[in-house]
Amino acid sequence: MMASSYNAKEEDGHHSGSASHGGAAVVKSKKPDNTAFKQQRLPAWQPILTAGTVLPAFFVIGLIFIPIGIGLYVTSNNIKEFEIDYTGVDMNSACYSCAKNFSWNSTTSCLCTVDFTLEQPFESNVFMYYGLSNFYQNHRRYVKSRDDSQLNGDMSALTNPSKECEPYRMSEGLPIAPCGAIANSLFNDTLKLYYLEANGTRNEIPLVKKGIAWWTDKHVKFRNPGGNANLTAVFQATSKPVNWRNPVYELDQDPENNGFINEDFIVWMRTAALPTFRKLYRIIQKKSSTMPTLPSGKYVLDITYNYPVLSFDGRKRMILSTISWMGGKNPFLGIAYITVGSICFFLGVVLLIIHHKYDTRSTGADIPN
Amino acid sequence: INWVDSRTIYIGHKEPPPGTEAFIQQRFPDNRIVSSKYTFWNFIPKNLFEQFRRVANFYFLIIFLVQLIIDTPTSPITSGLPLFFVITVTAIKQGYEDWLRHKADNAVNRCPVHVVQHGKIVRKQSRKLRVGDVVLVKEDESFPCDLVLLSTSRDDGTCYVTTASLDGESSHKTYYAVQDTKAYNTEKEVDAIHATIECEQPQPDLYKFVGRINVYMGNESVARPLGSENLLLRGATLKNTSYIYAVAIYSGMETKMALNYQSKSQKRSAVEKSMNAYLLVYLCILISKAIINTALKYVWQADPNRDEPWYNHRTETERQRHLIRAFTDFLAFMVLFNYIIPVSMYVTVEMQKFLGSYFIMWDDEMMDEELGERAVVNTSDLNEELGQVEYVFTDKTGTLTENNMEFIECCVDGHVYVPQVICNGQVLPDAVGMDMIDTSPGPDAREREELFFRALCLCHTVQVKEEETVDGIKHGIHQGKSTSFYISSSPDEVALVEGMKRLGFTYLRLKDGQMEILNREDEIEKFELLEVLTFDSVRRRMSVIVKANTGELYLFCKGADSSIFPRVVSGKVDQIRARVEQNAVEGLRTLCVAYRHLSPEQYEEVCHLLSDAKLALQDRDRRLAEAYDLIEKDLILLGATAVEDRLQEKAADTIESLHKAGMKVWVLTGDKMETAAATCYASKLFRRSTQILELTTKRTEEQSLHDVLFDLSRTVLRQHGDMTRDTFSSFSGDCTDYGLIIDGATLSAVMRPNQDDLNSGNYKEIFLEICRNCSAVLCCRMAPLQKAQIVKLIKASKEHPITLAVGDGANDVSMILEAHVGIGIMGKEGRQAVRNSDYAVPKFKHLKKMLLVHGHYYYIRISELVQYFFYKNVCFIFPQFLYQFFCGFSQQPLYDTAYLTLYNISFTSLPILLYSLIEQHINMDILKKDPTLYRDISKNSLLRWPIFIYWTILGVYDAIVMFFGAYFLFDNTTFTSNGQMFGNWTFGTLVFTVLVFTVTFKLALDTHYWTWINHFVIWGSLIFFVVFSLLWGGIIWPFLNYQRMYYVFMQMLSSGPAWLSIILLITASLLPDVLKKVIWRSLWPTTTERIQVSGETKTPATATRVSRRDANCADVSIHSVRLSIVGSFSSFHVNLKLKHPFLFCHNF
Repeated sequence: MMASSYNAKEEDGHHSGSASHGGAAVVKSKKPDNTAFKQQRLPAWQPILTAGTVLPAFFVIGLIFIPIGIGLYVTSNNIKEFEIDYTGVDMNSACYSCAKNFSWNSTTSCLCTVDFTLEQPFESNVFMYYGLSNFYQNHRRYVKSRDDSQLNGDMSALTNPSKECEPYRMSEGLPIAPCGAIANSLFNDTLKLYYLEANGTRNEIPLVKKGIAWWTDKHVKFRNPGGNANLTAVFQATSKPVNWRNPVYELDQDPENNGFINEDFIVWMRTAALPTFRKLYRIIQKKSSTMPTLPSGKYVLDITYNYPVLSFDGRKRMILSTISWMGGKNPFLGIAYITVGSICFFLGVVLLIIHHKYDTRSTGADIPN
Repeated sequence: INWVDSRTIYIGHKEPPPGTEAFIQQRFPDNRIVSSKYTFWNFIPKNLFEQFRRVANFYFLIIFLVQLIIDTPTSPITSGLPLFFVITVTAIKQGYEDWLRHKADNAVNRCPVHVVQHGKIVRKQSRKLRVGDVVLVKEDESFPCDLVLLSTSRDDGTCYVTTASLDGESSHKTYYAVQDTKAYNTEKEVDAIHATIECEQPQPDLYKFVGRINVYMGNESVARPLGSENLLLRGATLKNTSYIYAVAIYSGMETKMALNYQSKSQKRSAVEKSMNAYLLVYLCILISKAIINTALKYVWQADPNRDEPWYNHRTETERQRHLIRAFTDFLAFMVLFNYIIPVSMYVTVEMQKFLGSYFIMWDDEMMDEELGERAVVNTSDLNEELGQVEYVFTDKTGTLTENNMEFIECCVDGHVYVPQVICNGQVLPDAVGMDMIDTSPGPDAREREELFFRALCLCHTVQVKEEETVDGIKHGIHQGKSTSFYISSSPDEVALVEGMKRLGFTYLRLKDGQMEILNREDEIEKFELLEVLTFDSVRRRMSVIVKANTGELYLFCKGADSSIFPRVVSGKVDQIRARVEQNAVEGLRTLCVAYRHLSPEQYEEVCHLLSDAKLALQDRDRRLAEAYDLIEKDLILLGATAVEDRLQEKAADTIESLHKAGMKVWVLTGDKMETAAATCYASKLFRRSTQILELTTKRTEEQSLHDVLFDLSRTVLRQHGDMTRDTFSSFSGDCTDYGLIIDGATLSAVMRPNQDDLNSGNYKEIFLEICRNCSAVLCCRMAPLQKAQIVKLIKASKEHPITLAVGDGANDVSMILEAHVGIGIMGKEGRQAVRNSDYAVPKFKHLKKMLLVHGHYYYIRISELVQYFFYKNVCFIFPQFLYQFFCGFSQQPLYDTAYLTLYNISFTSLPILLYSLIEQHINMDILKKDPTLYRDISKNSLLRWPIFIYWTILGVYDAIVMFFGAYFLFDNTTFTSNGQMFGNWTFGTLVFTVLVFTVTFKLALDTHYWTWINHFVIWGSLIFFVVFSLLWGGIIWPFLNYQRMYYVFMQMLSSGPAWLSIILLITASLLPDVLKKVIWRSLWPTTTERIQVSGETKTPATATRVSRRDANCADVSIHSVRLSIVGSFSSFHVNLKLKHPFLFCHNF
């Protein structure tokens, strides 16, 4: 009797509160969760990191990482890479005089030729890079010295470039297109590669200049103002960057690779992360399945030496490299994987010992106390 | 009369008759209540000013301004947006609160009041009420301002008032009209009153008021004293009285209620102090980073070809600013690294505290079914402090005990009377039995016995609350179906009067100054009540002077034995004393009763003494006390009473748990030693094995204080020296633990700065030394202020322990305010304690869950929150610092603006907030079952410097792994399958991606309690980061002037090695932390960790063992440096209850 009346009372209390919700079922389904949360008693998974639970994870990581690392390392080692410095610091080097006699005012370009030998043939596509050292493309003043609106084909930005471009914004009273320090310092050496046949004839190797820039950059981010036709007219009221020989609309003959959408230009405009960097210059496509793209033998690199680096103690390199799925030659990832994997495995063993010695002992020894 | 000290009020604005003293007319404020802080116009400037006064906001404002003014690496948005967000949210919150206050103010200020003007009742808005107006208040209305009662609808000039909304006491208190005006009880008559009131200027003490009324009748004037019994306070409500007339004396913001509305001084938790210390460390790191980089920058660019190579010229204006360039460079570096001090940490901490405190309020286990009350959180700033308590100071009555008094027995001249007869196990409530212990008393004794009963029936301040106001009172009480019941502010008195009723003497009522008693023969005896010498805690007694029908004058005095015995001249002192002591040992509350015949001449003298004292405007209390002292003497002892106050449910269990949790429990009580000691035994504060050390007046009378102290300390220290650390920290039975008993008088002797300087500081030190080695201390006979003194003493001792005070009554308020954490018990003694506390719980037993579970959780939550916040920002900023070495110290940011801005406010904010709200490293039932776990977190153990340094080093390690991982990956090579190159933004994005994942996984590894919400938030925030990055790089954003992030994230994800390196770097970053955790857990597990593994509580023996690591840590505990700079960081104070202070006065 007592109990039932008590229950009735409690129900009454609930009713008054729940009447507005319009149904007992709603209240029932809603309430437990809510109170569980309020009472901090939500159902929960309560994992604990102990030697026992972590052990398998360590072994598994070790067992996965070591093979991956070995795979990466082998892949990296199979990549062929050839690098040659043509800065011309040494008296003996071919480009010494070009480097020494460099002057901004000279109208004729200096040519030099570097010979080199590939010991091994380069299979599949070969990528040709130019590399610069001690060149701070990631300097803040440099990085921000560009106008993305202008490069995107914005007409107003073309005639009135962003303030960020200073001091490469205006020249002789006209706005510079493309403005800014990055564009102004566009790498303008020309590299040509010849295969030196046994009889001494030079065989020019065709260098493909398309596909070196990101597709999205080429087609979306960089656009010529008013389309690709009639660039000369569009850039009429602008001035070329101070250090350029030719205006932007004369970068290439091909209208699809001229103006702001010139791929060499786009590649340059993606500022490098570190002061020593390389940028993709040309691609040497594989021609037949039987012949290596670059057979072993002697080669000649013809350089039109336009780009001064000695003033800031920089270096210029030409790199030939094959590419795997993981990119160019870089043993770091493979070694790192092997190292981390081995450490995990080793720690797994250490933990196993600790686990056996201490965990079982401590839990076993304490209970009788 | 000095106008500064007092004010003069002309009742009804009538000038006093000429010839009386000239009063200086003063201007009084109107009756408008202003609780709002802002007006519509000044809101924005004032609020902004208030907000930027806080150092954190100011710091970010400065950073923002620096970014605006000088050429800085990051856009002002990165610091402006979060700051704007924080400021706006705070402003909206404060604005809303203020709007509510305005609304409530208006409601209060506009509510109508009835004012007598020219003999008519006029309705006015409350705010237009002026001092001097005569106001009519009807039943159940509340008073519009502080009023002096002129007359009431009752003939005797009394009215009943409840002050429930002021101090929570729902009992009806009686207030008295001025004698000379009580007859004027219509508006016409009231208007005819010609009088002035002189009274003190407003002061906040609710219970004090002194004033004087001069009533002019024709040419003569009568002066009468006014006291707090004449003063009706704003906020109180008129009850059981149909109307009253009263005159306004304090109005508007000068009312006592308004004066009481002031924020308490803010308490800061130990965690906050550590946080501030860490902050300073990080500020130093920040500044040194900036200085190092600036210096290196100048070294680096000493070569002009590096400074300005041909491809990267400065502008002309940049070249010219030579002098300030170094400074702006420094500022630019500061800006670049400023994220290391996260603006969002303060917001997160505030949110954590504010939201987290709801769990205390929601807790069903801390709800009392009987009272229907839940725990109350008055400040959320101290949640984590609940997990750090080392000393618990508790009141006894009402806190440890029920404060539900029951009359047990009385003893008259050695005869003991027990009102209940237990017959066959059943209590017969109506039966009046008297257990004669001694031989039957003679006729003389019988007379004395009846005098004793009468004395108890008369000497009190109990009121009779009538259910029906009609004549059924006598009838009802006589029938035994009580239609009326007794109310008093002291439950002891009710118990005594009810006890008397069962012994045959029934107190009926106080009517027209006549106290009516129904005696055993069912006859009504009337006594004229002449004077009441009210109770106070210093005198510890009260008296009444009554005149019997026969014309005899009696003074009846009732009080604590110590305050009565010295004033007794005759009576069976020895027998009664023996009985009192025996009762006290049994834990009963004892009172002694004495009387004195007064001759009419003596009465004259008494009257003279009293009225003199009462009329005094200054020092009235002291003079009254002196007068009382003169009157209450030469008493004849009648007998003693014993009242039982039962222990609260589970009080003993709670104390035991607190002990096991390593807390020292001190009982501070005003009660006498024997009673208090008995309660302590009952509540297991003292055990049978406890060796009691006494430091009482009794001992200091025999020996000098000096010797006693040295004796005790020698005893304690010898024992301490023998103990090894392990046994010391365990509370197993084999080593003696000490309990100290000290009384108020001795304590003040110890505390008193001594004359001879040699020992002055010493006593305190020795006393503290003794206390430190006692597991329990009982301080009895304490005055309220002494309670606070004790707390202060312990607080200031050299370990600076965290103290907690718990109490239920007004006498505990001082210690509640003094202690680090003040807890109020919702007891029977009103609401003052609850109002002034930081937290309030319905019962003492709730303290256990509050500290052991909530406190523990909040502490681990917030400490993780703080450490994690610093950690994740080290991870965030350190790569940026490293990057400077590779970009020519040009302040080039590594990450994109969006990442810089959103890292703290969205990518990594929610998981840690959620963690800090719902993490439970151990099940709460285990925490409750095994109080020793509390020791694992004592002494701020999770925020010690070694742990902080560990986290920081971990952050630096992670940053190095992330940065150099990406560095070697990018090093002069490509990692795409199409040979294309990535730029600096891809580099930053790669680091950032690893960073966000690492930091979130680190938190996931620390989470021990995965509810669906955790899964949702942790995985959700990672998904959000990915989706955001895809979106951010997926579109040419028209409003941005740069498109640096365009397709960067997607291009990165299209590369296999990028994925592999992300996985590798995350693994490598997390590895050491996992390893550290696992190895520490295996080799040096804390109790907590053991229990986590076993999943259930073990035998107490294993549980109590404190691991060696903890013991060692305790020694190296480094006290956090106190800093004031960041004090204001905490002042984003969260008001939990947003009520109008003048409507709902609980949140004073």
